[in-house]
Amino acid sequence: MIPFDYQRAEDTRSAVATVTARPGAAFLGAGTNLVDHLKLGVAAPDLLVDVSHLPFDMIEPLAGGGVRIGATVRNSDLAVDPVIRQRYPMVSAALLSGASGQLRNVATTAGNLMQRTRCPYFQDVTTPCNKRRPGSGCSALEGYHRDHAILGASRHCVAVHPSDLAVALTALGAVVQVEGVKGARSIPIIDLYRLPDDAPQHDTVLEHGELITAVDLPALPMATRSTYRKVRDRASYAFALVSVAAAVDVERGTVRDVRVALGGVAHKPWRARRAEEALRGAPATDDAFRAAAEAELAGARPLRDNAFKVPMARNTIVATLRELTRREEP
Amino acid sequence: MTGLIEPKSIGAPLERLEGHAKVTGTAPYAAEHLAADTAHLHPVQATVARGRITGMDTTAAEALDGVLAVLTPGNAPRLAPGDDPELAVLASDEVAYRGQIIAAAVAETTEIARQAADLVRVSYAELPHDVELRADSAGLYAPEVVNPTYPTDTTEGDPDGALAAAAVTVDRTYTTPMEHNNPMEPHATVALWARDTLTLYESTQWPHGVRDTIARLFGLATDQVRVIAPYVGGGFGSKTIHANTVLAAMGARAVPGRPVSFALTRQQMFSLVGYRTPTIQRIRLGAGADGRLTAIAHDVVEQTARLKEFAEQTAVATRSMYAAPNRRTTHRLAALDVPAPTWMRAPGECPGMFALECAMDEMAIACGLDPIEFRVRNEPEIDPETGLPFSSRNLIRCLREGADRFGWRRRDPTPGVRREDGWLLGTGVAASTFPVFRLPGSAATVRRLAGGRYRVQIDAVDIGTGAWTSLAQIAADALDVPPDAVDLRIGDSALPPGSVAGGSSGTTSWGSAIVDAARTFREKFPDPEEGDEAGGATPDNPDLERFAMHAYGAQFAAVRVHADTGEVRVPRMLGVFAAGRIINPRTARSQFIGGMTMGLSMALHEDSVMDVRFGQVANHDFAGYHIASNADVRSIDAIWIEEEDPHVNPMGSKGIGEIGIVGAAAAVANAAYHATGVRVRDLPLTPEKFLR
Repeated sequence: MIPFDYQRAEDTRSAVATVTARPGAAFLGAGTNLVDHLKLGVAAPDLLVDVSHLPFDMIEPLAGGGVRIGATVRNSDLAVDPVIRQRYPMVSAALLSGASGQLRNVATTAGNLMQRTRCPYFQDVTTPCNKRRPGSGCSALEGYHRDHAILGASRHCVAVHPSDLAVALTALGAVVQVEGVKGARSIPIIDLYRLPDDAPQHDTVLEHGELITAVDLPALPMATRSTYRKVRDRASYAFALVSVAAAVDVERGTVRDVRVALGGVAHKPWRARRAEEALRGAPATDDAFRAAAEAELAGARPLRDNAFKVPMARNTIVATLRELTRREEP
Repeated sequence: MTGLIEPKSIGAPLERLEGHAKVTGTAPYAAEHLAADTAHLHPVQATVARGRITGMDTTAAEALDGVLAVLTPGNAPRLAPGDDPELAVLASDEVAYRGQIIAAAVAETTEIARQAADLVRVSYAELPHDVELRADSAGLYAPEVVNPTYPTDTTEGDPDGALAAAAVTVDRTYTTPMEHNNPMEPHATVALWARDTLTLYESTQWPHGVRDTIARLFGLATDQVRVIAPYVGGGFGSKTIHANTVLAAMGARAVPGRPVSFALTRQQMFSLVGYRTPTIQRIRLGAGADGRLTAIAHDVVEQTARLKEFAEQTAVATRSMYAAPNRRTTHRLAALDVPAPTWMRAPGECPGMFALECAMDEMAIACGLDPIEFRVRNEPEIDPETGLPFSSRNLIRCLREGADRFGWRRRDPTPGVRREDGWLLGTGVAASTFPVFRLPGSAATVRRLAGGRYRVQIDAVDIGTGAWTSLAQIAADALDVPPDAVDLRIGDSALPPGSVAGGSSGTTSWGSAIVDAARTFREKFPDPEEGDEAGGATPDNPDLERFAMHAYGAQFAAVRVHADTGEVRVPRMLGVFAAGRIINPRTARSQFIGGMTMGLSMALHEDSVMDVRFGQVANHDFAGYHIASNADVRSIDAIWIEEEDPHVNPMGSKGIGEIGIVGAAAAVANAAYHATGVRVRDLPLTPEKFLR
């Protein structure tokens, strides 16, 4: 652990300016991931700017029917918010499937999105890792990679993104509000995260010093019938082997619209666009669900020890859609 | 054995005497014995699996503000040569395994110590390493004995011939992975070197053993070392003595007069304090058409460290579990460039009975018999291994009692046919066993205090087992007073010696010494007065030569496996045990269900994955190394049957610390087969093994 300076942010503008001006600075939310990194030597910022108390702790309606979630809303508060539970149940379910009660009580919305992979090699500074030290190599590729990616990986990195919340937000098509020294910008969450390519050290497209201030959920009526299914080794307190966030709109046995995103399978929350396309207009049957899942997973490139994720993801997509459509048509 | 003491307090469900202090945070654990001037130690660990240190630059570490000392092989105190190479800390430049302690920083704060340790620059001449256990590992050898002193191999009759002639055979290989002891309280020491004496506040299962070892290594008289351990947050076999305690003492010697604290991080637990060896176990069973076993063969391949041998007695339980005229057991070791394996709750019985009890399930099915009936048919009348009668053996009563309570009789044996809400349901059973161990060397004193009270002293230690309470109950009955008239003192090497809290032997060994001291006291002082004192020791037990002594149990599990995802959950477990007289039903139940929970965790989760390239456990933290969470542990219950055994000790009790884990994983695996029709022989039972 290396000494660092600590500042409590006065306001957004100064926080952004301070971090932007100092290459070694980092924002600190609840610290549930970053503080571990400080201890392990994974991260060595010379300045932490604490933004956990900035006034972004509201959940508010947006004009047009959406909902804005402030960046510092705690995971526990977001999970039990009546509007979220009624209109976006997959968000609540995703949050409650993650971490532990103690962690959710402090973890923030933006911090959840910005958490880093739990790849054991990323977290162990005595082993090579391109994400932690670019160019040093990927230890997981030929090593312990049961939990790793089957979609969109590169030979430089096969890590997966650990967030459950981000998977639900990706299915919903949420938009992330960002403040930087050059002003504010809106980034669809699907564009926020990167695939590893040859620069896995970058998890997202954010510039150094840019700060997430809010996440906007679109008005998406079909999300009232949505869910999040997390497949994991333990009954709680484990990262996803595979997860599925889904919402579906079925009329007279036909899928009118559908949203599917996968977790635990890629460097980013994986929006299953191919599956969605295959399903629109298709009958709401197991066969159609299976065909859609297989279309999405046709591009899967599993590693030596994680090929099980392909049938696991397929089965979980089918089971989740089956559950949602049965619920819809009693 | 002389007569049993009359149970008055024994058998009563006393609350833990220290329970209130523990749950209110006022019971000090080792690392909480902090003073204002306590310094902190952080180790430097080898980053190669085998080789030699060619250079170590401590300049930057020593220059750091707040650093008090940097210990290296070049400046560390020379230790007396010993018989445990693991304890030869900083004694040479050789690296025998990755994660080995090669230096340490002592500083004003934990953060500075850690930063200083990170600043030590090390270069190595690396050598090729082998850290992978395979059934055909090069250089497999037969150790002289297996832990602690059992014969390595045994043969009776002609197992190969009997297998060839058997009407029904099972020939299967089962594997268990490397598993790491992770008590809730990681290992910790606060060491103070002052006025030629060394005081260690230590998280240990054996204060006297630590005292003697440290004294010898540092060239001190035993009365110059004091080890204090009033409260210990679990041990499971890992808290005898390891390099961390030696290093803490070295740190203290470097800053005389100041306490030095060394509390392991969770990550360090995966390389410094031992683990359970992975096992590869081939089991061959032969049976006649009547379902009676004719042959049992159990051949084990497992690992040890090149640095130090530890030979887990994996097949030993098989030697006396079931009757069969032709039997063989073998143990072969691969010596690897890894940390030394060690005790982990029920070493031997735990992995061995996983394999045997799964094979018994497979054989019952092959014979077309209910697994309980199959075990009943193969119940031995005398111990097949020694030919001695059992002092008591109530396995069949446990199986029958459990079957009644669990609802076993309604069970349809067909696998893979029960389904509920997308989950496949099944039930399974397995037997448990654990020997009655007694260790020599314990002594106790009894002293009359004012007001009719008695001080009872012995260097026993409560590692979460309930020893504080159960020993007070034993002392109370031995003195024929209520338990609140006993002022028990344990957990301090300044007290009369106590044997290790291991092998489920504590109550037998320490309790026998307390009873002996109390009997001596009462004979000597029929009309006692304040200040009267007498001592006693664990007496010899001639019945050990005349009887085979074991505890038994039957474990039942209900398992559900998700048909789509393969997720495995265990909604219900029941254990029925026969372990002599139960001293304290409250703490005993806690021991049994704790063992069963650890067995559930072994069945579903625990798996230290060796990265063969780096020579270390890849998943070396609690995010990667899964232990059952609260949500995984649903309904677990443990009961016991009344068992009178006058031969084991004056309390009539058998050890219960380990039997709960024995057989639990087999019951779960057998139930998972019943649920799905998929027989998984390799632990843990992770979802991918059931995915179709």
